[in-house]
Amino acid sequence: MDFNLTDTQKMIQKVVREFAENEVKDIAAEIDESCEFPKENVKKMAKADMLGIPFPKKYNGADADTLSYAITIEELSKACATHGVIVSAHTSLGAHPIYQFGTEEQKEKYLKPLASGEKLGAFGLTEPDAGTDASAQKTTAILDGDEYIINGSKIFITNAGVADIFIIFAMTDKSKGTKGISTFIVEKGTKGFTLGKKENKMGINASDTRELIFQDCRIPKENLLGKEGMGFKIAMATLDGGRIGIAAQALGIAQRALDETVQYVKEREQFGRPLSKFQGLQWEIAEMATKVEAARLLVYKAAKTKDSGQRFSKEAAMAKYFASEAAFYVANKAIQLHGGYGYIKEYPVERLLRDAKITEIYEGTTEVQKMVIAGSILS
Amino acid sequence: MNILVCVKQVPDTNEVKIDEENGTLIRDGVPSIINPEDKIALEEAVSLKEEKGGRVTVISMGPPQAKSALLEAYAIGADECILLSDRAFAGSDTWATSYTLAQGIKQAGNFDIIFCGRQAIDGDTAQVGPQIAENLGIPQITYVKALEVDGKKVRAKRALEDGYSVVETTLPVLLTVIEGLNKPRYPSISRIVSAFKKEDYIKVWTTEDFEVDKTKLGLDASPTQVYDTFVPKNEKKGEIFEGSDKELVKLLLEKLKTEQVL
Repeated sequence: MDFNLTDTQKMIQKVVREFAENEVKDIAAEIDESCEFPKENVKKMAKADMLGIPFPKKYNGADADTLSYAITIEELSKACATHGVIVSAHTSLGAHPIYQFGTEEQKEKYLKPLASGEKLGAFGLTEPDAGTDASAQKTTAILDGDEYIINGSKIFITNAGVADIFIIFAMTDKSKGTKGISTFIVEKGTKGFTLGKKENKMGINASDTRELIFQDCRIPKENLLGKEGMGFKIAMATLDGGRIGIAAQALGIAQRALDETVQYVKEREQFGRPLSKFQGLQWEIAEMATKVEAARLLVYKAAKTKDSGQRFSKEAAMAKYFASEAAFYVANKAIQLHGGYGYIKEYPVERLLRDAKITEIYEGTTEVQKMVIAGSILS
Repeated sequence: MNILVCVKQVPDTNEVKIDEENGTLIRDGVPSIINPEDKIALEEAVSLKEEKGGRVTVISMGPPQAKSALLEAYAIGADECILLSDRAFAGSDTWATSYTLAQGIKQAGNFDIIFCGRQAIDGDTAQVGPQIAENLGIPQITYVKALEVDGKKVRAKRALEDGYSVVETTLPVLLTVIEGLNKPRYPSISRIVSAFKKEDYIKVWTTEDFEVDKTKLGLDASPTQVYDTFVPKNEKKGEIFEGSDKELVKLLLEKLKTEQVL
């Protein structure tokens, strides 16, 4: 098995690392505090083609592979996990379903501006009563002549307040259960489509998370993505890919927590010697580093499996399950090893723990990942 | 507009350590980068091209591994890259380097503007740019921190130690640029992918591929010979004076005068 990155991947890693160090790292604490969406940086990321990494050039993408995409999110998340999720939700959830299931016209109209970063994307599946049980959709879409009329609401939607193009799931035929769910492309500003207030979250604070409200929202019939009844399939396929993004985000958080801790234990002295000289703490570092490395291998393998064209649901679920738990574990240990300083906001590790927690929840909780993994093994 | 940029691949000196024993650089594990001021030169060239149309050619002299700097230059926006690489060039000082580069440039075509970074972070001489202009017989403006190109006319702000001067000339011209002229862009991911897909935009030239006088190349032809390299020892020690404020001021002034600080 080849564990080496290609020259292309290495240069992408180097360039994104440089970008993250110079443009992202210094504002991470500030936007965590202000909860302000990093608009300027999103423009800069668009200019460097970071918002359409895995799509072909003819749709304004960068034509890079999924591993390059994962590396980009990892590097961004090392500096600021909010930047990581903005790119991941936009690319995997907003743009990718159009790339995978859209018609040529839909790709022309919606994927192109998304991949160039001119517009941002979001994805609305979760509802107040449909979380892990995504099939319990209450949002409805009824065909009326040349238009669908959408009614209902979606919650916890990443990029909601800043996105221009939304992938929305709704029941078109309740009697068919999950086979009655369909997917639609809805543009910002469509009459009957409004946004709720910005959620006040524990972490990834600068990510704009809101409720989407649809009241007799009419959209053209041609904005149906795929066919009627394909919605559940589209949602699951999209989330498989999205999980690689979130796993990469978790990996970035974990790596940063480890890096901060390694530096700290070398500098901090107690009992007349650096913390790094105490065996008990060395073992903690060893455990943290091993978890980070294991997470990286799972994330990269999931990305490579997707690139090879094979089924990758299990690999993506394993990567997301393991990397998110590793991120929480390593960030928590990082605070412990920083002692009191770790609990103070002047040091980044407390933010890392708050940011890490969500990776165990969104795009399928840890429990959902285990369902996917077990389902794939036992089927 | 036909633009050429000279770039040099250098060790990232922020990461370089020095072997105190023999005074050489420890290059192991030190990343190679495009010389920072050459990146400013490249940015200026690429934005000029975007504004006025034309082509950007990048030229570099160095060992085969300098190709990675050219891949990056392409990812930033260059159209074509030339690497002058031959054992005969090894050990060149600035005189031999600028002769070799100038000959390569003559072969590469006619350029309206040649951009160079002011100096490389590994040599700090700031001689190669001006010497290329002399070899080519074209005007040069050094230390450029602001630039306007209007038709055939170039107007540049040159940084001086205590201010700046504004200089005007006509094309063709060689400009050496400094920090502050622009903020270099990040290579775009899509161009990185293209850069590695097809490397046919890079030409590697040995002494057989362009016209050079072989007696003017490399270490033997270099008027500058390195006699010794060493790490300057920093053995400065502080001196503590005692006395009343008045006495101390007097003492300090005397001391500064004897040390020729004042």
